[in-house]
Parts: sequence; structure tokens; C-alpha cells
Amino acid sequence: MREGLDHWPFIWAAYVLGIGGTAAMVLWAWLGMVRAESRRDRSRER
Amino acid sequence: MHGFANPARFLRLARQLTVPLLLAGVVLAGASLVWGLLGAPAERLQGDSVRILFVHVPAAWLGMGGWSAIAIASLTELVWRHPLAGIAARAIALPGAFFSALCLVTGSLWGRPAWGTWWVWDGRLTSMLVLLFLYLSYIALSDAANRDGDGQSRIPAIFGLVGAVNIPVIHYSVLWWNSLHQPPSITAGKSEMAPEFLWGLLAGSAGFSLIFGAVVLIRMRAILADQQAEARLRRRAMEAIDA
Repeated sequence: MREGLDHWPFIWAAYVLGIGGTAAMVLWAWLGMVRAESRRDRSRER
Repeated sequence: MHGFANPARFLRLARQLTVPLLLAGVVLAGASLVWGLLGAPAERLQGDSVRILFVHVPAAWLGMGGWSAIAIASLTELVWRHPLAGIAARAIALPGAFFSALCLVTGSLWGRPAWGTWWVWDGRLTSMLVLLFLYLSYIALSDAANRDGDGQSRIPAIFGLVGAVNIPVIHYSVLWWNSLHQPPSITAGKSEMAPEFLWGLLAGSAGFSLIFGAVVLIRMRAILADQQAEARLRRRAMEAIDA
């Protein structure tokens, strides 16, 4: 361990990236699915 | 296994499972992260930086587990011609790439306070970086195969199988070569980790795995919906030409 180096900025950065990145990936995948399924449903109606 | 070869049957099951998997994953991973930030004690040698473990280790396991799943799906596609195997492999690639990148970034954030450096070109870190490049190559290859080859995914499947060579290299790199990275703390049936870290880590890994599974189902549903819409539009176009 390097003495004198505050660990908390590194910890916060890791948690923010982990939580934010995972949430963004889930949201992006979900929106992609909603778009694809509505496109399929529209193609059914035509 | 071929019971789910029918996309309609698979979609029924996927619709029922997606949200429960996601919610269970969020609860477990959330509990693990709260424990990691507020409950777990500082470690004797690494101090507070050890809390990064609760993000870094699940990300590493899922990065490697994702490619193992791509290899199994690729083998299933090549040998048994299962119609959903290629779709599953394509769906796994994106969350796999994300967790590999997260593992590298959080490892770097952990390395700075623990080792005094952001990065070293040792076996573990380099082979993990290679895994991220393999994912990115697989995504590009499978997108191109899907666009140009009318759903043909034999080349990505072969790439998925060959790329699996890197998984044991990552796992054993800390034993084969000198590394700043510590050797595995958890092996089959044995753990050198204190219980206050182990249980939180297992809960987090289970939670992130459930989220990973939910994202794979979401992406499989999207790919199937795209394929169905494309097939319908193509059929209509052919009918219009014939008429």
C-alpha cells in the first residue's frame, strides 16, 4: 500500500463506472429490444 | 436443448424470465456493492482500496465466463446446428465486452493505490486486454456476417471457438509468469478469502451474473425481432415483385 495516497477517489470512480456502466448497458439493450419488437409488430400489421 | 429450437417457445420463456432475472440481479449486486462500500472492513495490506474487489472480480469472472459461453454456443451451432446458438453468442458478446472493459478499468483504478502503477504489461493484464480485443473483433465479425451473409455465422462461430484458447491463458497467467497480480484467492472448493469479503463477493458475482443473463435475453429478443421483421419485409418485397 502506498502511504499517503487517498484510496477513496479510486473506490468511488470504480463504483460509479460499475453501477453507471451496467445501468447504461441494461437501458441501451432494453431500448434496442423495444425498438426491434415494435418494428416487428409494425411489419406484421402492414 | 432442441426443445428451445423453436423461437416462439424460446420467446415465451424469455419474456417471463427477463424482468425477474433483472430485478433479482439488481437486488443482489446492489446489496453486495453497499456492503463493499459501507460494511466491509479495510484490508490489512491494501487498506480501503480492497473495496474495489466487489466491482472488479465479478467483472473479471463475467468477462471470462462470457467468452466461455460464446465458445459453447459456437460449438453448439457448428456441431448441432441449433438455430438459437448463433443468436445467443451474438447476444453475449456485448455484455461480455462491457464486463471485460470494466475489469480492466477497475483493475487499473485498484492498481494505482495498491501497486503504485496504473498498468503493467504482465501476463494477466495483457491477456485480459487481448480478451477485450477478441470481443470487439467478434462483434464486428458477427455484425458483418449477419449483414452480408443472410444470418450465416459459421466464421464468427469458428472465431468464438478459437478465441477460447485465451481463457486458460488468463486463468493460469498469474501462475505461469511473474506478476504484480495476486494468484487466485478462490479455487474449486477452497477459499483463502476472509468471510466478510467472500460472502459479499459471491452475492455480487451472482447478482451481476443475473443482470448479464437478463441482458443476454433482452438482446436475443431484439435480434429475433429484427430477423422476423426483416424476413417479413423481404417476403412482402418478393410478393410485390411476383405480382
